Amino acid sequence: MEILINHGSVLIMFAAVVGFFMAWGIGANDVANAMGTSVGSKALTIKQAIIVAMIFEFAGAYLAGGEVTSTIRKGIIDAGYFVDIPELLVFGMISALLAAGTWLLIASYMGWPVSTTHSIVGAIVGFSAVGVSPDTVAWGKVGGIVGSWIITPLIAGVFSFIIFNSAQKLIFDTDKPLEKARKWVPLYMFLAGFVLSLVTIKKGLKHIGMDIGTFEGYMYAIGVAVIVAIIGKFFIARLKFKTAKSRRADYINVEKVFAVLMVITACCMAFAHGSNDVANAIGPLAAVVSVVESGGEIASKAALAWWILPLGGFGIVAGLAIFGHRVIATIGKGITHLTPSRGFAAELAAACTVVVASGTGLPISTTQTLVGAVLGVGMARGIAAIDLGVVRNIVVSWVVTLPVGAGLSIMFFWMIKGAFT
Amino acid sequence: MSGNTILGVFAKSPIKPLEKHIRKVHECAAHLPEFFRACADQNWSRAEEIRKTISTLEKEADELKREIRNELPGGIFMPVQRTDVLELVSQQDKIANKAKDISGRVLGRKLEAPEQLLEEFEAYVNRCLDAVKQAAAAINELDDLLETGFRGREVDLVENMIEKLAKIEDDTDSMQISLRRNLMAIEDKLNPIDVMFLYQIIEWVGELADLAERVGARLEIMLAR
Repeated sequence: MEILINHGSVLIMFAAVVGFFMAWGIGANDVANAMGTSVGSKALTIKQAIIVAMIFEFAGAYLAGGEVTSTIRKGIIDAGYFVDIPELLVFGMISALLAAGTWLLIASYMGWPVSTTHSIVGAIVGFSAVGVSPDTVAWGKVGGIVGSWIITPLIAGVFSFIIFNSAQKLIFDTDKPLEKARKWVPLYMFLAGFVLSLVTIKKGLKHIGMDIGTFEGYMYAIGVAVIVAIIGKFFIARLKFKTAKSRRADYINVEKVFAVLMVITACCMAFAHGSNDVANAIGPLAAVVSVVESGGEIASKAALAWWILPLGGFGIVAGLAIFGHRVIATIGKGITHLTPSRGFAAELAAACTVVVASGTGLPISTTQTLVGAVLGVGMARGIAAIDLGVVRNIVVSWVVTLPVGAGLSIMFFWMIKGAFT
Repeated sequence: MSGNTILGVFAKSPIKPLEKHIRKVHECAAHLPEFFRACADQNWSRAEEIRKTISTLEKEADELKREIRNELPGGIFMPVQRTDVLELVSQQDKIANKAKDISGRVLGRKLEAPEQLLEEFEAYVNRCLDAVKQAAAAINELDDLLETGFRGREVDLVENMIEKLAKIEDDTDSMQISLRRNLMAIEDKLNPIDVMFLYQIIEWVGELADLAERVGARLEIMLAR
């Protein structure tokens, strides 16, 4: 208790710094994953992708980022065990942030697309189980995360399979693909806009003090989606097409229409990513701040300090701006046959999955959903080739992330504990 | 920061390289009529030049073939079977090899087609090259096949192209028969060894069409799965 009172402001400052570090790592590591398909299919340039990501990551973090926070803060470890030793929770959360941030830095440097979510979960479980007591961990929840390694890609894969096949049926496998594309693409835009605005309204606007009923929420979401579709239609109408004699030229034109759509899904993806992953950085930070400010009392429900969400958002954007450029810049070689229509199917599916998961509070990883979605498009015979070797590496990195996060956080936990006591 | 992000999942697709390869093969074989023309004119230095071009193009096609093979390691998941791609590319490559063999053999013996058969022979070469051209056109549809997820009307379109290819090959068969018959009628007036070689060249040129048809057949098998 005395530790918290004597060193309270130092601890909060320390936590804020490592929280920012963690958010920075999220921005750096996950950017290529969230924005990659848009750049890979040449729907967006690298610069445009970074600008889109900055705006929508921040918006997602700020408007829809609150729901998952509570899961990480309270769901995985049982706060009840820390009532008498709140300082250990504070140390633990700081070391968890430090551990996850460090792992992200290493992984980003090595080029491994690890899950930011699972690094923080592993880190929290690590200090809690080894540093305090194995009983503090809600092992069932951890099991759920292991299960999500299968379920998340599966859901995303099914989504992308359906979306891709619907585009095939409605647009490509018809007599006049271009006409059909003009007709149907606004519908896909509507869908993307609907999912995006629904989650914002239902989950997000609470944080800025608005509460909207379920029915009204749906109505507003439909309204926003219609606006998105109309704007999209406007841009499609403005597209210039070479008059197409052959089917091939027609397909190229159709891809142009999809490129417009791709911009919207890229926004969607960045938004979904921001809303889901900002919690990884701010969850532990919020726990530290609430414990310290209440003088050691672990409240069952603590209001998020006003500066925490923006800090996480800025952290992500900073990581994105500084490191993300380099990550995205590696794109462009080796990827063939990733056209806007296929990238769109993968991204919309991934965004939907993240948004749905974000709504249920399950800490899933954006990386996993994207891998699942890409595989889904591949299964639908859409992408010319998928390197299963890389898929396997990615899956291995998912599994490795938990124990590494745990190991690092145990180490940092002992160090911090030693320094303050 | 290495490139092993999620984008590594998208492996290098073999489809564009396959199309590039058949175009190269076609370009290589397409020099044959010009080559035979030079031979008929007894312009051997020109013929030698063309043979060199054919040989260079064949080497380039070989290089492309090797690239395709190297880019298909075991863990690649594709809309088409891996083995089909490998079969297809070696089948395509045989056309270029054959074209090179023909030009080499003809030049080596400074072989000319007998004047009475010249016109018929040229028509026959051109028809065989039509088959190669048609095969190249069908392979070039792979891109659009991918666009439509390998189903629906695009598949019908390609199947029609392959059917047309089979008809062209039929044509070359009957042309070959008539060419042989006409050669037999005049063979006692010619150098017997030249005649032997002529028969062989006629057969080899015909093989260009056979190989082209086989490329079409491989493509069909690819689509059938």
